[in-house]
Amino acid sequence: MPEMLSLSNDPILFIAVMLAKVLTVFIVVILIVAYATYAERKIIGHMQTRLGPTMTGPLGLLQPIADGLKLFFKEDIIPSQASKVAFVLAPMMILVPAFITVAVIPFGRDIVVGGYTVPLQIADLNVGALYIVAMAGLGVYGIILAGWASNNKYSLIGGVRAAAQVISYELAAGLSIVAVFMLAETLSLRGIVAAQSGSILNWYVFSQPLAFCLFFITSIAEINRTPFDLPEAETELVSGFCTEYSSMKYALFFMAEYANMVVIAALISTLFLGGPAGPFPGAINLLLKIFAFMFLFIWMRATFPRVRYDQLMFMGWKVFLPLALLNIVITGVVVIL
Amino acid sequence: MSQAVVAKLKQEYPAAVVDVVEHRGETTVTVKKEDIVTVCTYLKNEAGYNFLCDLCGVDYLGVEPRFMVVYNLYNIATKERLRLKAAVTEQNCCIDTVTGVWSTANWHERECWDMFGIRFNHHPDLRRILMPADWVGYPLRKDYPLQGPDRQPYQGRLS
Amino acid sequence: MAIKETMTINVGPQHPSTHGVLQLILELDGETVVKAVPHVGFLHRGVEKLAEYRSYHKALPLTDRLDYLAPMSNNLGYVLAVEKLLGITDALPQRAKVIRVMLAEITRIKSHLVWLATHALDIGAMTVFLYCFREREMIMDLYEKVSGARMTSNYFRVGGLSLDLPAGFEQDVKAFIDAMPGHIDTYEGLLTGNAIWQRRTKGIGHISAAAAIDIGLTGPALRCSGVDWDLRRDNPYSGYEEYDFKVITREGGDTFDRYTARLDEMRESCKIIQQCLDRLEAGPVLADVPWVCLPPKKDVLTSIEALIHQFKIVTEGFKPEPGEIYQGIEAPKGELGYYLISDGSANPYRMKIRPPSFVNLQALPQMIEGALLADVIATIGTLDIVLGEIDR
Repeated sequence: MPEMLSLSNDPILFIAVMLAKVLTVFIVVILIVAYATYAERKIIGHMQTRLGPTMTGPLGLLQPIADGLKLFFKEDIIPSQASKVAFVLAPMMILVPAFITVAVIPFGRDIVVGGYTVPLQIADLNVGALYIVAMAGLGVYGIILAGWASNNKYSLIGGVRAAAQVISYELAAGLSIVAVFMLAETLSLRGIVAAQSGSILNWYVFSQPLAFCLFFITSIAEINRTPFDLPEAETELVSGFCTEYSSMKYALFFMAEYANMVVIAALISTLFLGGPAGPFPGAINLLLKIFAFMFLFIWMRATFPRVRYDQLMFMGWKVFLPLALLNIVITGVVVIL
Repeated sequence: MSQAVVAKLKQEYPAAVVDVVEHRGETTVTVKKEDIVTVCTYLKNEAGYNFLCDLCGVDYLGVEPRFMVVYNLYNIATKERLRLKAAVTEQNCCIDTVTGVWSTANWHERECWDMFGIRFNHHPDLRRILMPADWVGYPLRKDYPLQGPDRQPYQGRLS
Repeated sequence: MAIKETMTINVGPQHPSTHGVLQLILELDGETVVKAVPHVGFLHRGVEKLAEYRSYHKALPLTDRLDYLAPMSNNLGYVLAVEKLLGITDALPQRAKVIRVMLAEITRIKSHLVWLATHALDIGAMTVFLYCFREREMIMDLYEKVSGARMTSNYFRVGGLSLDLPAGFEQDVKAFIDAMPGHIDTYEGLLTGNAIWQRRTKGIGHISAAAAIDIGLTGPALRCSGVDWDLRRDNPYSGYEEYDFKVITREGGDTFDRYTARLDEMRESCKIIQQCLDRLEAGPVLADVPWVCLPPKKDVLTSIEALIHQFKIVTEGFKPEPGEIYQGIEAPKGELGYYLISDGSANPYRMKIRPPSFVNLQALPQMIEGALLADVIATIGTLDIVLGEIDR
């Protein structure tokens, strides 16, 4: 195996390859985010015996572009009593953590470029999974800031709800994947993918079914999707924390939500379903798994009612957290024995 | 039967009952407005009329007394209806509230106050309900114009 | 010393889930409701005053617009009230009574479909909304076939119906009630067993039987608190005593009970409609009371006597004897009452409408005291209010 490309062997090639990787990943994620809005409207539409977008372009495929253009040209309103800096900063604070989390997801097996091995992953941190959990935690700052800066009681309630929800479920989510780290003996995502390589039976979804279910549910709570979408509960809080936002900032909120969906789908695929492992070339496998999970998220949105706030808290603290701890104990016992 | 109830009512409170009318199978008892709460309490506790269907006002402009407050009662157990009416004059346009007997009278009496200007003594929260809070005038009175206080009357034929 | 401050929040007249223009001023302590004050009157159109300036026939379209989700129910209450005032209730032909019952029950299903759609949407299950409105389209097609209008049908007349049923209508109704129980099972499959739905509706918005009777609650909300009272069975009108149907009651008095009870009521309505279809026979649809009922249109266009007859009734109206009556019917939302006073002229001297939603809304503050903000929305949904009726 040729040696790994790094700044010491060939700095120019290294920087070029890094830029290429960053651009590719960013563009792919943006495209998926844009067409996730389209997919959601189409899929939910068909589940509700209606068609979804059909008029903009063939089969409505230009709808995300039309929406983007529309939101871009809308008037940007900042309420006079809102704190301007925080108001403008909030959407960015939600979007950035969502996108930079993708940096540690491995999307393929190593390739050889110019005599050096290049890992198909933007940054292989040896604490990769911890980095992801930390970034997810940063995302909630944006929501709280948005809720508070709007100077609107509904937004405040939405922001506070979101904060409490994310903090509660982050704990359960983080603990539920500790068992995966115990089995892989590493926090680096590249190492976890490598530990699941070989056959499909090595995938952690089979050896850690409880962790898989827990992580799936708690991560939905973290990204504020139905049935846990109280912070933006349209029918109760008239759009929750993003009530006062318009134009591009509003678009950023929704991009952040779908970007989070993509990231969580990628994360579940990496931690439990072997990442790029599968019958097709690496990146295609990962994309297929991401699409499957996004379909699942959209399906759940069409079907389930919303969970009430105190019931959400109850489930997070009294059901998921003990189950995650139990999972760790059982895994620990099995590993030692 | 409603007649039996009315007969007993006349026995208990002969001074309160002013008139009894039967029309299309329904009994209407007119009582004095001072005794309305006692009569209602009697009807609810003794005669079993535990449900107040409706409470409204009627404006008989040109007749003395000008207003009537009408109570439509229902007995859930025997499935019978009874109507009570109490006359209210324009000069002394008030009557005691029956919210102590049936809480449902609360909003009905507010509507009566809003539409007719009949004041209900000891009502817990007497304010306008259908019209805006700062409205002047009582819309359902017969001398209140149909088109509102600040418009010309409709020139066409209404009926 | 801790100062406990409550936050006053305005669930304003414009809100996605207040079922119309209802304003609720809530005092919240965190997420718990300390006090709730409803404000109504944003949709007040003065229907009662308008009716005093129109003859009895011409006041009928005003009633369509009260509970605009169940228009034929309002019409039915009004024409029954006027017929009682005139004393012609016994002169109604059998066919008119059967068709009235059939359309009233179809209207009940229509109203309950909107209730379920908006209730589920408020709690977050958006798909049920679309499914219910798909069924409601079938009912609107029926309305359109029979009266020409999808919503404000104005089909009933004092003394019977305006027109006979169109050809093929009975087959359409039969197709509808054959498909309906399957659809109700779909809604149940999506919601009843769903753990999230149950957690959101069980124990929410509880009211006891005594409190319900005292505050004037009627309709399915009262029956779910354990009070067995249904005007269709207890004070029957339009021939309801001849039909065999169950009165749905529940003991719990919470939102989940009201949900299951209204679904069962929809099933019972399908059964009643089936009995109506079986009972339907040929015959006249207008009572033979010449001074009240309009002559048939083809006679009006060909015979001078019928033309004069129609002219007199349309321009002068009919003059009932002086007197007053109260007619209550079991509308989908509760007891809809019409109190009519006649002074011997062609216009009603006073028409008072007793709207079920107006009185049911009074119960809201005591049902949500101590509840969370999310439960307020669920409780408004379960009371099934429509502001057109409340504000008149």
